Amino acid sequence: MDYIPNTDEDRKEMLKKIGIPNHLSLFNDIQGRLFLKKPLNVQGFVSELELRNHVTELSKKNKIISTNFLGAGAYYHYIPSTVDHTLRRNEFYTAYTPYQPEVSQGMLQAIYEFQTVVANLTGMDVANASMYDGSTALAEAMLMCVAAKSEEKQAERQANSIASFTPEILVSSTVHPEYREVLRTYATAKGITLKEIDFISSENDPSNPELKNHSGTTNLELLKKAFTQDTVGVLIQTPNFFGCIEDIKQIAELTHQNNALLAVSVVEITSLGLLKSPGSLGADIVAGEGQGFGIPVSFGGPYLGILACKEAFIRRIPGRIVGLTTDNRGQRGFVLTLQAREQHIRREKATSNICTNQALCMLAALVHIITLGKSGIQQLGELNLNKANYAYQKLKELDNFSGVFNSPVYNEFVIKCRGNAGDVLAELLKNNIIGGLELGRFYPNKTELENSLIICVTEMMPKSEIDRLVKIMEEM
Amino acid sequence: MQLIFEISKPGSATRMLPDLEEGIIKIDLAKSALKEFVQSSGNSSGTLSTLDLPEVPENEIIRHYVALSRRNIGIDTAFYPLGSCTMKYNPKINEDTARLEGFAMLHPMQIFTDQHTPQDHVQGVLQLIYELEKDLCEITGMDAATLQPAAGAHGEMTGLMIAKKYFHDRKEFQRKKVLIPDSAHGTNPASAAICNFEIVTIKSNNQGLVDIENLRKNLNEQSAVFMITNPNTLGLFEKNIVEICNVVHEAGALVYCDGANMNAMVGITKPGEMGFDMMHLNLHKTFSTPHGGGGPGAGPCLVKEHLKNCLPMPRILKEETGEIGVEYDNYTRKEIMSKRYRYILVYTPYDSNLAAHSSSIGRVKAFFGNFGILVRAYTYIKAHGASGLRKNTEYAVLHANYLRVILQEHYDLPHKVVCKHEFVLSDKDIPNGVTTLDIAKRLLDYGQHAPTIYFPMIVHGSIMIEPTETESLDRLNEFAAAMIKIKEEAVSDPELVKKAPHTTVVGRLDAVAAARKPNVKWKRE
Repeated sequence: MDYIPNTDEDRKEMLKKIGIPNHLSLFNDIQGRLFLKKPLNVQGFVSELELRNHVTELSKKNKIISTNFLGAGAYYHYIPSTVDHTLRRNEFYTAYTPYQPEVSQGMLQAIYEFQTVVANLTGMDVANASMYDGSTALAEAMLMCVAAKSEEKQAERQANSIASFTPEILVSSTVHPEYREVLRTYATAKGITLKEIDFISSENDPSNPELKNHSGTTNLELLKKAFTQDTVGVLIQTPNFFGCIEDIKQIAELTHQNNALLAVSVVEITSLGLLKSPGSLGADIVAGEGQGFGIPVSFGGPYLGILACKEAFIRRIPGRIVGLTTDNRGQRGFVLTLQAREQHIRREKATSNICTNQALCMLAALVHIITLGKSGIQQLGELNLNKANYAYQKLKELDNFSGVFNSPVYNEFVIKCRGNAGDVLAELLKNNIIGGLELGRFYPNKTELENSLIICVTEMMPKSEIDRLVKIMEEM
Repeated sequence: MQLIFEISKPGSATRMLPDLEEGIIKIDLAKSALKEFVQSSGNSSGTLSTLDLPEVPENEIIRHYVALSRRNIGIDTAFYPLGSCTMKYNPKINEDTARLEGFAMLHPMQIFTDQHTPQDHVQGVLQLIYELEKDLCEITGMDAATLQPAAGAHGEMTGLMIAKKYFHDRKEFQRKKVLIPDSAHGTNPASAAICNFEIVTIKSNNQGLVDIENLRKNLNEQSAVFMITNPNTLGLFEKNIVEICNVVHEAGALVYCDGANMNAMVGITKPGEMGFDMMHLNLHKTFSTPHGGGGPGAGPCLVKEHLKNCLPMPRILKEETGEIGVEYDNYTRKEIMSKRYRYILVYTPYDSNLAAHSSSIGRVKAFFGNFGILVRAYTYIKAHGASGLRKNTEYAVLHANYLRVILQEHYDLPHKVVCKHEFVLSDKDIPNGVTTLDIAKRLLDYGQHAPTIYFPMIVHGSIMIEPTETESLDRLNEFAAAMIKIKEEAVSDPELVKKAPHTTVVGRLDAVAAARKPNVKWKRE
């Protein structure tokens, strides 16, 4: 198959105009062995019907189980019908980045609306038009911390005649493990020291009574000790990988006392309908994953990286930003703005290399949020909170299962199995339930997380299915 | 046009979600441990977030976003000759396959679900990724690929991280410089900067190609990578590419191919044959996954054998199950005896100490890249097969040359040679102070999208035109006629062109004012 609209006659007419007998002479500059002698070994179909059947068959080799308690960075939420109907508007999805604003007002205005909504949800002043996903948004937040603080910290060092300066980032070990892997990759390339801060364990009763009721969240005593002269930023996630809600306010105070910046990763974006915004609690940067709004789990992508910051960092934030302005007829209009930060103008001095981002995913999130509206967003948050905590409570009460941490949770929680967690998941699978994710593999050195499951309950999970899960586990 | 916030009416939203079911007792937030964390606690110890979101009924929401879409143009509504961006038709079936339940509803953590038969739940997606990797390697002549990078610039960054790791493991720590031609995309130097490389700019020669002598002079024991776009951003094939790669290799450095222009080479030649060590592809360009108004895209990074171990984790392997059975082959439509295979993921251990000793650079994105985009690219490649893909290349180049030959009679064409998929005009012959920007804006009045303008920077007032293979002769002629007409207008009525566009929903926008005092979010008055 192909999608070329021209006939042989058309081709001949074009060749005549160019003044060549054969179109292959257009490739005369590709000489000798470089010009392929035989066709590519790539199979294809001659009709759309066969193609559709083939790809559909492939899709059916995957197992879709509707009672699925997986979260851990990708969430099943109800996507209103308005979302896909908007995404399928050809004028949006077949457009390029809005470089010609006069014919791109639709996407530009949508981005401006999205920036407004994100700024509001996160408590920030500026949001960009998206990053690739939550993990890369956090990596960019790390780079922002380095860019914003390095000069000052380096000067401090020079004033004290201490020579070498290597920017240092502190990251909580409650941040999604795959996000931490991405941070490590970026940090290695950029020459940043990345130090992990352990969480408060439930096992060894901490000597500090203040920590006692906060197990499962970042250990602030360890964080306090970890700061050095070179620390430029602190990265946390809330609700964190265990589902526990972190104390942004205290961490922000601690971070600012040490003249560093706090970037908060919000991986379960719907939590912002209920929880206080990171900005209102003192965060400098929010680096979120927007998948929870309008985007299917789709085996991990495409998702939506959210990056928002306080006014002070507006010229340091990477990615596209849309600004309001007027046209030469006196009308309101929108343009890409502050482009002096971007790679196509600044090249190696740009704040980032990002060019193509996730515009269409941004549109999905925007339409989802707008469709729910203020009350719907709050209702969504409450449904998740109440359903998950109902399940959490029920499971903790079972003989062979227990909770691990005591910090409050939003829609995910950790349950420890007396027996083998893999066997528990296998038994649930026999009953057509995916019972969550085994946590131990991500924390191989933590005995308390052996045979533990991270379980997610969203508004999609009927109470009857939660009860079925509990009942099957009760009988184990 | 109004903003969605301006049509908000509290209480008007259409209900989407149910009430909490009976039997679940609602947590009293004011009395729970959550009190200090939630907005509605009323605890005024911190500044409370005042969630200020609009409420709009569903029909008005749809009208609003449909109205917005009509203030946008895409490849489905207009000819879009945006050079270097490859705005080709996006086949509709790709949108359908990406939304198939077996893909869209599959959770990435299902790779861990079945302990006894690992990745049993995700065999379809792993097979798709594996086969796409294999096809992309065949198309480019490279040996291995990662589909993790989310965009072209992300693929570039991945490639440069691989180079850095490669030299680090060889203890060639002094290789800190990346050489980049002055005609390169801005992402190239920006990606190199993320990896802490120093950038050396290589000037092009008067033919618009790499100046090999200048390159040679700049290569030394500090050189890590030479990044080059082929065909370059002028749409010209680097005919000395084999020699260029040799020169770089003699200096002990690697050669990177920016594959943004791969659509001029598919089925005709392979970067892997030219001597490149690594490259990236933009699936949203060459393989027509849509651009989405600025993404999502996908930027696979491909490498030769010697760099394979540096690729990000996880990798996908295909192994024999040991069984043999009769399988129906969809391509040949025949039943054949075949070995059975399964696909497995190979991981770098999560332990950070172990990862430090691994040859892999690590992970560049959570999960498995922009998987939904990979489905579209896979569908696109399987629609075409080898013959369709090659035909695309032939027509992309034919169309560009057809327009080049017509337009060079009316505009200055600095490099008067056969081009590949695109060509670049300059503003030299445009009279009466009319600029490239004016021409671009006037094109909008003729219902066409503008070409890429002022890039590449080595041509004065550049107008970069890429028609792609999916435009009919009539569309190409319409565009050429509009360009010729505008040239005439620039002679006869320059003010008309300078004040364009006249027919669009807004006129020229004041970008300077927007940047001086940024208004980047709406505030209630």
